[in-house]
Amino acid sequence: MDDLKKPNSLKNFPDEHGNFGHYGGRFVAETLMPLLIDVNKSWINAQKSKKFNHELNYFLDHFVGRPSPLYFAERMTEHFNGAKIYFKRDELNHTGAHKINNCIGQILLAKEMGKTRIIAETGAGQHGVATATVAARFGMNCIIYMGHTDIERQKSNVFRMELLGAKIIPVYSGTGTLKDAMNEALRDWVSNVDDTFYIIGTAAGPHPYPEMVREFQSIIGKETKEQILKMENKLPDTLIACVGGGSNAIGLFHPFLDDESVSLIGVEAGGKGLNTKFHASSLNGGRPGILHGNRTYLIQDDDGQISDAHSISAGLDYPGIGPEHSWLHDIGRVKYVSINDNEALKAFQMCSRIEGIIPALEPSHALAYLSKLAPTLNKEHIIIMNMCGRGDKDIFTVAEKIKEKI
Amino acid sequence: MFSRISETFQKLKKNNMKGFIPFVTAGDPTLEISLDIIKLLPKAGADLIEIGIPFSDPMADGKIIQASSLRALKEGITVKKIFEMISNFRQEDSKTPIVLMGYFNPIYNFGIERFLSSCKQSGVDGLIIVDLPYEHDIELCTPARKNGIDFIRLVAPTTTNERMPLLLSQSSGFVYCISVSGITGSKEAEIQIVNNTINRIRKSSNLPVAVGFGIKTPKQAEKMLLGAEATVIGSIIVEKINEIYSSDKEYKKKLILIDDFIKTFSNEIHRQVRN
Repeated sequence: MDDLKKPNSLKNFPDEHGNFGHYGGRFVAETLMPLLIDVNKSWINAQKSKKFNHELNYFLDHFVGRPSPLYFAERMTEHFNGAKIYFKRDELNHTGAHKINNCIGQILLAKEMGKTRIIAETGAGQHGVATATVAARFGMNCIIYMGHTDIERQKSNVFRMELLGAKIIPVYSGTGTLKDAMNEALRDWVSNVDDTFYIIGTAAGPHPYPEMVREFQSIIGKETKEQILKMENKLPDTLIACVGGGSNAIGLFHPFLDDESVSLIGVEAGGKGLNTKFHASSLNGGRPGILHGNRTYLIQDDDGQISDAHSISAGLDYPGIGPEHSWLHDIGRVKYVSINDNEALKAFQMCSRIEGIIPALEPSHALAYLSKLAPTLNKEHIIIMNMCGRGDKDIFTVAEKIKEKI
Repeated sequence: MFSRISETFQKLKKNNMKGFIPFVTAGDPTLEISLDIIKLLPKAGADLIEIGIPFSDPMADGKIIQASSLRALKEGITVKKIFEMISNFRQEDSKTPIVLMGYFNPIYNFGIERFLSSCKQSGVDGLIIVDLPYEHDIELCTPARKNGIDFIRLVAPTTTNERMPLLLSQSSGFVYCISVSGITGSKEAEIQIVNNTINRIRKSSNLPVAVGFGIKTPKQAEKMLLGAEATVIGSIIVEKINEIYSSDKEYKKKLILIDDFIKTFSNEIHRQVRN
């Protein structure tokens, strides 16, 4: 944390009000304000607490299975005959994605605060599974809000959450996807202020969530930095990660923000294309607005009503993005691109065959962009892609789509 | 400064009466019926009218108001059309204060300056914005008050004594006391919680207090009003409108049903005598 103190560091954000430049903040109902102030106080104390950090590290090592490997994707590198490709293997974590890094941190905080009931929203179900997992481990009641559309397309994760003892509440309001699940979780929190802790799954929401989630996920980037320096004796040239709300991407990018030589690329879900209404690219196809407690880029109509996002990947199917990404986009530190459903689907299959790793549909978007970029670069160029989740949950969706095409 | 809201509360005080504030969602069930309903409210006893700006993601609202917002959006309501409705209403009624309630995004998207000048032109008197706590006053509260538009603050049972004076110092018109820790139209209001919050409000503000959220019957309204100057009735009215208009939209005749329903509340509330 020492380099946080440097003046002019891009890592100095947010300010005490939760602002990343123009973005972030705490746009919530008064009922929630005192709770958020409490969460923030506990979060500030926890960061300084030896006991908290010790416990966090213990669970990251022994329960999550960190550090995750940094893997040289030799066959893929040969295949594209360009840049040298590495994967950060966060899909090997317990529960199969990066989500648990954050859930472990937040549940320890909930425990510190004396809360006994955990709520969470989930889209793909990965955050729901990770939350249900830590709630089971710490013996807390767990309620997961999930859009009914997502319940349908992520059945195996629904069953996993139930096995872990969580109660799944289907959300029918709005369009029954991730944003509606988040609305419903916020409504639950407003109604159960005393005993409940809301574990938000992405680096978005009211302050301190974007900062807190980023800090818990930054373990990805910190390990990556150490590992690549050991393996290559130099920093990488390019980092690539998929972006929905953006927690895995900010986790990878953040420790590199001040390393100017490292170019950072976030890959948004382009759905059926940015020229259609069916995409989830808030930065490339949206504009700033206020939703779920923060100011950030949103996909919205002319009158400021939030539009439905669309992506083949339920985990990227969100019409907003974390506020820090909005800021990094505006100042140009991170380049954000868009990959559509079909490109992601192709990358999903390519990676499975070439590397023997079935990726989740979310990082398949990052893989698809990598497929375009890697062949254009020379052999000295090092790209690290965050393999933030494994594809077991997606095999039915993919099977259906592949058949559709035949 | 001239304020229809403070004049209304002064008049109520003079007549030793409590105030009745019905809430309706703009554009529900249709734009046309919605305007007719708003027009009948003062005649049915409304002292002040609260009009909801529909939003796709109303995170502090329960199922009833969520559904009404979606219906109104489907009917094509926009912020601009809400101002047109209010201008139309003002041609007949220059006395009843109108307060807009909503979420910040549609306003932010419309443009703050444009929004406030439209408020002035059409005759909006106050704003209640759910997701703008005082920490974000610079966004809308400060410019609204500069333009002579009241900024009405929501106070929750969870609001700490520490926050109370900070929150109320930049508040005007009246104070909206949320009766429960929860969303609109769900939990039933609890009198002890309400009285406790009102007492704490009184320590920091001389503004009139209106109680809202979770008041479902005229009898309940009567109880909630004991320590307050007015009460907001929302979900139950919105639900009634939906019930009456869900079958068909042959509506002129049906307005009388809304009128009757509104009067059950206004009669009970106006029977109450101020302490």
